[in-house]
Amino acid sequence: MLQAIGGGLNGLIDGFAHLHWSNPIMIVVGCVLLYLGIKKNFEPLLLVPIGFGCILVNIPLAGLMERGGFLKVIYDAGIMTELFPLLIFVGIGAMTDFGPLLEDPKIFLLGAAGQFGIFLTLVLALALGFKQLDAVAIGIIGACDGPTAIYVTSKYAPHLLAAVSVAAYSYMSLVPVIQPPIMRLLTTEEERRINMGTVKRSVSKTTKIMFPLVVTVIGGLIAPKGLPLLGTIMLGNLMKESGAVSRLTKASENEIANIVTLLLGIAIGATMDGRVFLRGETLIILALGFLAICLDTVCGVLFGKVMKVVTRGKVNPLIGAAGISAYPMSARVVQREGQKYDPKNFLLMHAMGANTGGQVGSVMAAAVMLSVLRGMGII
Amino acid sequence: MDNWTFGITMIVVGMGGTLLTLWILSLIMSLLKMLFPYQEGEE
Repeated sequence: MLQAIGGGLNGLIDGFAHLHWSNPIMIVVGCVLLYLGIKKNFEPLLLVPIGFGCILVNIPLAGLMERGGFLKVIYDAGIMTELFPLLIFVGIGAMTDFGPLLEDPKIFLLGAAGQFGIFLTLVLALALGFKQLDAVAIGIIGACDGPTAIYVTSKYAPHLLAAVSVAAYSYMSLVPVIQPPIMRLLTTEEERRINMGTVKRSVSKTTKIMFPLVVTVIGGLIAPKGLPLLGTIMLGNLMKESGAVSRLTKASENEIANIVTLLLGIAIGATMDGRVFLRGETLIILALGFLAICLDTVCGVLFGKVMKVVTRGKVNPLIGAAGISAYPMSARVVQREGQKYDPKNFLLMHAMGANTGGQVGSVMAAAVMLSVLRGMGII
Repeated sequence: MDNWTFGITMIVVGMGGTLLTLWILSLIMSLLKMLFPYQEGEE
């Protein structure tokens, strides 16, 4: 009997006995993510489930990420099949108004320039010794677009998924901190004061409905490997703009997006097992991800300066910084920076145009990247 | 394929391809805006 009691008591301390040194550290990391989400309001919809998933997976013997464990079931069902990021994209498409972009379609080019950091970081990762597909996954952090980063990484470098997705979402939420110093460094005070006037409403409903179809067909033909990404975001947008399926649109932007965000977040958190996550490689990936977003901002602002010259001073280069996918934070940063130098300058709608251009640009950059890889016979 | 060739190809074709694709899209959307102009009072 004493032996049975001893065995029973042993069962209660087994969890402590099996703690790996990395587990307590990762539990603290999970708590930091929860703190950022709850207290600082940085992407709480994602950081809260990611942080909690991180805590869950670092408690030993629970077997949550072992065969049959509930986190493993969610991970296999939604991440390994790429279903979750794609369903999120339907919701993003249903929530996004591409109107400001379509008011001035040349702004699309800023959405392209804002993705250059992806490719520059890819080359840096190669120079640091990462394998080619790993470098692709690291570069994609520069898309500043969580679902795209998860889609590409889960497909081609699943062992980097935790580091890449944490970097993508953390830096996306830190855009208001990362971007302003770069914007100020690369522009003159005179440039920051450029007033682009008000955005006139000039896009018909027909054009708005045709936009997702054009992007899907043209983008899909040029970069077919990225069609799942393009197709889902554009399906969501078509439903929104057509107005014909309001129930589906509402479900996509509310119930579906909410449920998938929860499952996606907790599944990503579940990849943050300390024994896998706490490596020097993770720190390098986090640093490269940071650099990727800085480079995106640099290229966006510099391209904005080129557009300023080409348009003879009509474009404020600050809006180039919004050519990334962090919507709408980046556009708000541009508005705030512009108003610091001229309180009567309203850049928000122009920046929103660049920002939605960045959303299309990030998906297109990933699609182009995948198709180039296929063309080279790498995937 | 060596890393140097891979990196340069990704920069040239990847960045160029992204820019070119979005430029084509901007041209098509500008054309569509002309073909289907916004009319006052349109919802």
